[in-house]
Amino acid sequence: MRGFSETFFNPGVIARYLPALLSGFRVTLELAAAVVTLGILLGLALAVVRAFRVRVVNWVVVAFVDVFRTLPQLVVMVFAYFGLPYAGITISAFAAATLGLGLVLAAFAEEAFWAAITAIPRGQWEAARSTGLSFPQALGSVVMPQAIRIAIPLLTNRTIAITKGTALASVISVPEILDKAQSAMSLSANASPLVVGAGLYLAIFGPLVAFSRWLERRFGWIT
Amino acid sequence: MTDDGFLLEIDDVHKSFGDLEVLKGISLRVRPREVIILIGPSGSGKSTLLRCINRLEEPTRGRIRIDGTEITARGVDLNRVRKDIGMVFQAFNLYPHLTALGNVTLALRKVLRMSRHDAEARGRRMLEHVGLAEKANVHPNELSGGQQQRVAIARALALEPKLMLFDEPTSALDPELVGGVLRVMRDLRDEGMTMVVVTHEMSFAQDVGDTVLFMDGGELVEAGPPSTIFRNPAHQRTREFLQRVLHV
Repeated sequence: MRGFSETFFNPGVIARYLPALLSGFRVTLELAAAVVTLGILLGLALAVVRAFRVRVVNWVVVAFVDVFRTLPQLVVMVFAYFGLPYAGITISAFAAATLGLGLVLAAFAEEAFWAAITAIPRGQWEAARSTGLSFPQALGSVVMPQAIRIAIPLLTNRTIAITKGTALASVISVPEILDKAQSAMSLSANASPLVVGAGLYLAIFGPLVAFSRWLERRFGWIT
Repeated sequence: MTDDGFLLEIDDVHKSFGDLEVLKGISLRVRPREVIILIGPSGSGKSTLLRCINRLEEPTRGRIRIDGTEITARGVDLNRVRKDIGMVFQAFNLYPHLTALGNVTLALRKVLRMSRHDAEARGRRMLEHVGLAEKANVHPNELSGGQQQRVAIARALALEPKLMLFDEPTSALDPELVGGVLRVMRDLRDEGMTMVVVTHEMSFAQDVGDTVLFMDGGELVEAGPPSTIFRNPAHQRTREFLQRVLHV
């Protein structure tokens, strides 16, 4: 099957385009890191804000979450990159991709953290407040440490799903793996770059899945 | 201390949950070092009354004063007031992510702003006081129910409150563990702590209580020393309740 290995595992093509693919690999990593940071931190902040139960603020948070849980990540990305310029706001493709994926992750993360916060028994709040802890102290020292542990399994699943969406960033020309692999493919008229690209995605997300399992084991518990 | 010397004054407290009136005008005065036992059928409002004292429940009407401070007034610093009131819950409510020592010292560090060193010193003393010094670095899920409740008592005592509230402290315990907790409570009484206890432990009520209050249907039906209430209650409802509880 010489044709098969020449088409998909061609050493010459691979060697020629490997530097480009590796630079794409670095961009994918940077994008994934940016998305996870934005998504988890924003989601956590929104859930904490919601815990204060200020009605108007809650409406805003819930509206944000409902919108970004339903919109496809690609739509947000495309809107940020191609749509915003019509309003005079121009952002880089990388920033648009980070927003698109990050805001969607934030919406899911907020729901995960909020579910965890509301799962904490009322008695925990009562015990904390009855010893004179203020609401923020009770939230920070008693409720959130427990809630975050509960939220971890929910978060790791969602995070992996959404960071796979970094491949979507190729649509708005972010020079990540898929983007580099596609241009290498068309320039070389050979499918090997895409195979290498797939391998690079596995190289990121394999360890990521393993890491999230470790995180779940280390910090999670059944209360 | 008020001029009359009462540590706790409850004045015509009412509490409604929507249309349901759970407390129908309760008044009560407690002197320092006094032990008040609240008994009554479930739904009588005794736990609700207890929880109004530290405003875990908000009275719909009425006033509560602790050591002269009206805690139901507007603008009162509730967190500061709660430092003086310790509460022990039926479900213990220990923080599972902290050790026994961590549970006891959390409020010492956050509320009293003690240094970690001082907080741990006092925390260890408190755990020793309830007989659990060796369990300081153990997590709640590794303790028996009785041990957890004693840690909870240590946690409440650590702030050196003026008043301790107990909401059915032994109701969730296996029978053989109840004695250990009651012993700690007895010691507290001997040390002069002012206590308000909601309980079904009638022999404890008889031995340790100074005043027993029988509540039913949101009303304070009868109050008096244990000898009167248990042996010669004035009200039929009290009599019926005691018959059900003691002779079943």
